Amino acid sequence: MRRLTWRPARLTALRDETGSARTLVFRVPDWPGHLAGQHVDVRLTADDGYSAQRSYSVAAPADGDTVELTVERVPDGEVSPYLTEVMEPGDQVEIRGPVGGWFVWRPESTSPVLLVAGGSGIVPLMAMIRARRRAGSRVPFRLLYSLREPGSRYYAEELRRPDAGLDVGYIYTRAAPDGWPRPAGRILLDDLAEGGWPAGFEPECYVCGPTGFVEATADLLLALGHAPERIRTERFGPTGD
Amino acid sequence: MTAEHLDGNSLAGPLSEIFAVDVTAAVGRCASCGLTGPVAELRVYGPEPGLVARCPGCDEVVLRLVRGPGAAWLDLRGAVSLRVRLPE
Amino acid sequence: MGIISRGFQGRRRGDDDRLPPGQYLVDDFPVLSTGPTPRIPLERWEFAIDTEAGQTHRWSWPELMALPQETPTVDIHCVTKWSKLGTGWQGVSLDTLFEDVESAAEYALAYSYGGYTTNLPLEDLLDGKAWIVHKFDGEELEPRHGGPARLLVPHLYLWKSAKWIHGIRLLDEDWPGFWETAGYHNYGDPWREQRYEGD
Ligand SMILES: Cc1cc2nc3c(=O)[nH]c(=O)nc-3n(C[C@H](O)[C@H](O)[C@H](O)COP(=O)(O)OP(=O)(O)OC[C@H]3O[C@@H](n4cnc5c(N)ncnc54)[C@H](O)[C@@H]3O)c2cc1C
Repeated sequence: MRRLTWRPARLTALRDETGSARTLVFRVPDWPGHLAGQHVDVRLTADDGYSAQRSYSVAAPADGDTVELTVERVPDGEVSPYLTEVMEPGDQVEIRGPVGGWFVWRPESTSPVLLVAGGSGIVPLMAMIRARRRAGSRVPFRLLYSLREPGSRYYAEELRRPDAGLDVGYIYTRAAPDGWPRPAGRILLDDLAEGGWPAGFEPECYVCGPTGFVEATADLLLALGHAPERIRTERFGPTGD
Repeated sequence: MTAEHLDGNSLAGPLSEIFAVDVTAAVGRCASCGLTGPVAELRVYGPEPGLVARCPGCDEVVLRLVRGPGAAWLDLRGAVSLRVRLPE
Repeated sequence: MGIISRGFQGRRRGDDDRLPPGQYLVDDFPVLSTGPTPRIPLERWEFAIDTEAGQTHRWSWPELMALPQETPTVDIHCVTKWSKLGTGWQGVSLDTLFEDVESAAEYALAYSYGGYTTNLPLEDLLDGKAWIVHKFDGEELEPRHGGPARLLVPHLYLWKSAKWIHGIRLLDEDWPGFWETAGYHNYGDPWREQRYEGD
């Protein structure tokens, strides 16, 4: 029986990914492990009992009692500014999870994989990339990562390092680096036609990011002939965009 | 196009308080239009005042979940059935 | 109470004796939805009162606009604990709309474009306690806040103030609405903290 309850989680380390995003490493005693793509619910409680909860994807494959999240600070948000600006190592939150058995990648899977990330939607997809590397899987992965500008790239160092069988492409929506061949702008059919897999390869497609981005990308994948049952989506909610 | 809903995936946490298995991977049939698919692909509105999951085919309500202090209310009347994968 | 997160405040402020128990103030106007936002062209919009005897009274948009307009300034309280004080609206009092309606019903079920419903005792809609409003803060009511028009019943939690109002059905027996059949309180008085069934 595995009905989930809230577990105390203590922050052990922090890493800034960009000017507005931070990776938080928690220690959660008796953590049962998780699959790449799953998420947790995080609950914050103030000293007078007021509480708020939000969902966050796990950013790295299971590793003992450790749960790693990456959080983007939403201006005027209730929870994300606390996680990215106020929390310090030693502080606690409560975590419920891991949850979600649909938007997951399992290392024993053999289909090619297309990952399409919009902004912070990279987080669960990075967990899949890391799980693939950890498992020594040879399954070919392609990542298309849509982001505002070069400075908003998460995990920049790690994604730059060569990883056999993983192709990474970037789509800049606001400002591209100098000399970048593609003008800045939202994801288009051609981006997915060129940077993804042909539908005939029957790849598993994972699309994650703000609701509008996921909606648009899933429609484009359908238009390219990908079967609906091979397009898995994870919407993070609205954006200020 | 609406940009207001989340995926059924986001029901996983709230439903995990009630069920011992992951219900979001279960396959259900919409009572209204008959569309079949995983709970994870429903369109979820909320979380407040309650979670409302609608069919991606016809937008009818498939599931509702309200969490109060000390109780949860679950309404599945929009689903004809749920196929939950279980070990032998 | 759970583990405390040091330094977490949340989005709350203010203590004010106009706040019912358990509520806090917000400056913005949060949007809570149970489905896609309906878009109703004004040419096709109508509001109806259906009596228990099977009579229907209907108003088109121009007919609603031609009725005497009121501008209530009221405090609103959402069951999810936020409140806004002194909000300004414009619309038609339900007393005006009920003037020619003959009914002995005790209950009302408000129904909306998009399928939402909520139930109230009919007396809670009368005597200057409720309006069909179409302006907020001097501006046309935005679709996400219930435009073209919503019910406004400020003495009850805001889920009773149905957005995208389409009509009111009068009933001899109480008929619980969308949230009232899913755990929320049947009446919803913020001053008695009637949030959930059994409160
Ligand atoms: C399954 C799931 C997994 C998620 N995983 C992650 C993750 O790994 N990393 C992560 O950073 N977030 C993730 N999110 C989003 C996260 O749950 C919160 O919605 C987000 O952190 C904002 O919460 P908040 O309390 O700071 O803002 P709120 O107080 O909830 O919102 C403040 C305002 O900002 C708007 N807003 C909400 N979200 C955004 C946004 N993303 N960008 C701009 N404006 C916004 C709202 O409409 C609101 O007006 C995930 C969401 C889901 C459903």
